[in-house]
Amino acid sequence: MDTVLGISFDGGVIVAADQTNARSILIYQHHLDKVAPLTSHSVLGCSGPNADFVNFSEYVAKNMALYEVTNDMKLSTNAQANFCRGTLAQALRKGPYQVNVLLGGWDETTGGTLYFMDYLAAMQKVNFGAQGYASNFCLSIFDKEWKANMTEEEALLVIDHCISELQERFLISQPNFMVKVVNKQGVRVVKQGADPVENS
Amino acid sequence: MARRYDSSTTTFSPEGRLHQVEYAIEAINNAGTCIGILASDGIVLATEKRSTSSLLAVPKTSDKTYPLSSHITCCVAGLTADANMLIDQARLRAGQYEYQYQHSIPVEQLVEHVCNYKHSYTQYGGLRPFGVSFLLAGWDPIHKYQLYQTDPSGNYSGWKATVIGSNNQAGKSLLKTEYGDESEGGTMPTINEALKLAIKVLNKTMDGTLASSEKVELLVLTRDEELDECVHKILSEVESQAIVQEVEKEAAAEAAATVVVS
Repeated sequence: MDTVLGISFDGGVIVAADQTNARSILIYQHHLDKVAPLTSHSVLGCSGPNADFVNFSEYVAKNMALYEVTNDMKLSTNAQANFCRGTLAQALRKGPYQVNVLLGGWDETTGGTLYFMDYLAAMQKVNFGAQGYASNFCLSIFDKEWKANMTEEEALLVIDHCISELQERFLISQPNFMVKVVNKQGVRVVKQGADPVENS
Repeated sequence: MARRYDSSTTTFSPEGRLHQVEYAIEAINNAGTCIGILASDGIVLATEKRSTSSLLAVPKTSDKTYPLSSHITCCVAGLTADANMLIDQARLRAGQYEYQYQHSIPVEQLVEHVCNYKHSYTQYGGLRPFGVSFLLAGWDPIHKYQLYQTDPSGNYSGWKATVIGSNNQAGKSLLKTEYGDESEGGTMPTINEALKLAIKVLNKTMDGTLASSEKVELLVLTRDEELDECVHKILSEVESQAIVQEVEKEAAAEAAATVVVS
């Protein structure tokens, strides 16, 4: 049911996800942030049961932090992605993480890169991607509209186009979306349907 | 006085010393000399090959220099059997890192791993320390060429040029005067200059005998930018002999120059 979208542009990537937290016929929340921050310059858009999403994303994020404090250096996006994939692979035949993710990050040498990973620990570097039913609606839009060396604004328009299409044609109502940009300056929320911060 | 406190690695002496660790360091001072020199375009590792008998079969691989991964190599001073265990550990760690991250391990992280392993034998288990010092030479994208020295205590430090093994003090004092780099107002040597300097140092440490291609092994670590990989090259006998001869010629020229004064 979750939607996760990702697209790379010249100088960064955008990762977006819907904000609905639901199980079966019940919606728990409308403001869940499914695009988890990993490091200062990378995020993990996750779909799947809440428990697995939180467990997996926190495990990876904390290991990235441990690496940075131990070794006084950051891991490249590619290294982070391989670490994620390795974690999924090892857990697969023990107690799998039922998450499908899009990992997007920026580093100095390679610019913005996007990695598609599914719960079976398959991984592929992609220019754009979608997890969940959203792929049925959005991949054709990405195919038509993605170009090499797009600007951030152009990429955001494509994401908007995808979200509009989903809201028009996808049976499950997803009124709120969280859209984050990762570039040289770091991670930035560009748009959110609802503020994830609890305001109880 | 040390006798009461020196038989256990896990006991401090009243002066606050760990005698077993110090004795292990002593053991290495009897081993074949190893020299490491950072050059502007690579690293030179030079080792004294000590052959205990002419009946020994010619080794197919070096018994002083070992590759640890595609981008890191080391030379050994000390107990060979101890060194083999540590080299296995280092290679395993380098491989594990690559398996996990699909990237080469940063050089200092591998050095630290080897040292932590060595250190654990000085603190628990009732086992003796490893009687090995390493010179590790490697390249990574962040800090480029690096040279590290490790000792049985588990300490390590980074060097521009250093010597371990027999007569290392004499070697180090020669390096101090002859190794030039920016901080002293000189320039970093090229690989060829570093090779010649290494032979000069070996001439000094090898106790009267002169370095020759049978007694000496020269390794150069450089980087092939096109293929994006490191090159570990052990010089052939012919190439080593050429360096030895160059050093001899320069020494002779210097000697001649100093005589002509009157």
